[in-house]
Amino acid sequence: MSSPLRGVIVSHAAVAQAMMTAVANITGVTDALVPVSNDGCDREALFAALTGAVGPGPAVLFTDLPGGSCLTGAATFAHGRSDLAVVTGVNLAMLLDFVFHRDLSPADAAQRAAAAGAKAIRIPAP
Amino acid sequence: MSIALYRIDDRLIHGQVVVGWGQRLNAGFIVLVDDAVRASPWEQELYRMGVPPNIEVITASTVEAVARLPEWDADPRVGIVVAGDVGTIAALTENCHQVTRINVGGVHQRPGRTERLRFVFLSDAEAEQLTRLAARGIQITAQDVPTARAVPLAEFI
Repeated sequence: MSSPLRGVIVSHAAVAQAMMTAVANITGVTDALVPVSNDGCDREALFAALTGAVGPGPAVLFTDLPGGSCLTGAATFAHGRSDLAVVTGVNLAMLLDFVFHRDLSPADAAQRAAAAGAKAIRIPAP
Repeated sequence: MSIALYRIDDRLIHGQVVVGWGQRLNAGFIVLVDDAVRASPWEQELYRMGVPPNIEVITASTVEAVARLPEWDADPRVGIVVAGDVGTIAALTENCHQVTRINVGGVHQRPGRTERLRFVFLSDAEAEQLTRLAARGIQITAQDVPTARAVPLAEFI
């Protein structure tokens, strides 16, 4: 792998920016994540924003909803590219895990992040 | 029932359509009219991902949609028709089928377009096309989500 994985958070409104800030506050890691908002974007504009955010790659794209313009745009952008992978349903737990495991391939990092995110969803005993 | 919403939205099927309008209208099916998506099974699956299983997603080319509109309009379920641009929705009105209302839900910035509303950017040609549709008696309003005010065409053209 030529460079460590970058994580690109693709969200509605300012969710991505807020999640990136939270990860930096918790971990101190400030160079792993890039936020992209879909505000005012059609697909072409989102592609342009993703191109800038991904840079030379490789990257994992984290989108907020399993459906919607962030996922459809990100998945279409990444379609057929082995240097990119997409995970939807982003949460803070998966990002916290991701920033410490950036030496994996995009596909493996996506699998790992999805598992970490799913594991974090729990209902505490009342 | 009949088709409750004809929507122009360049994000096609997304949160505002599924959660905003779909829940408000209790939609049973959504028709996505888009030639490129119709030609791509992979993209069709992608758009289905965000739609609850109780809402059927039908993907159609423009030509197919023109032919099948009467069938969808006679469906007992509530339907939503979504197309990504003014031209596609205009094509659906060319048939004898009666489209009486069009919702402009999201047309975003591109070269050649100017801002009409926060979520509506139109070229002069697109504005003229909407004006021609309105002249035929079709009620055209801009409204991104059901809780927002429906802005009449005259206010944003």
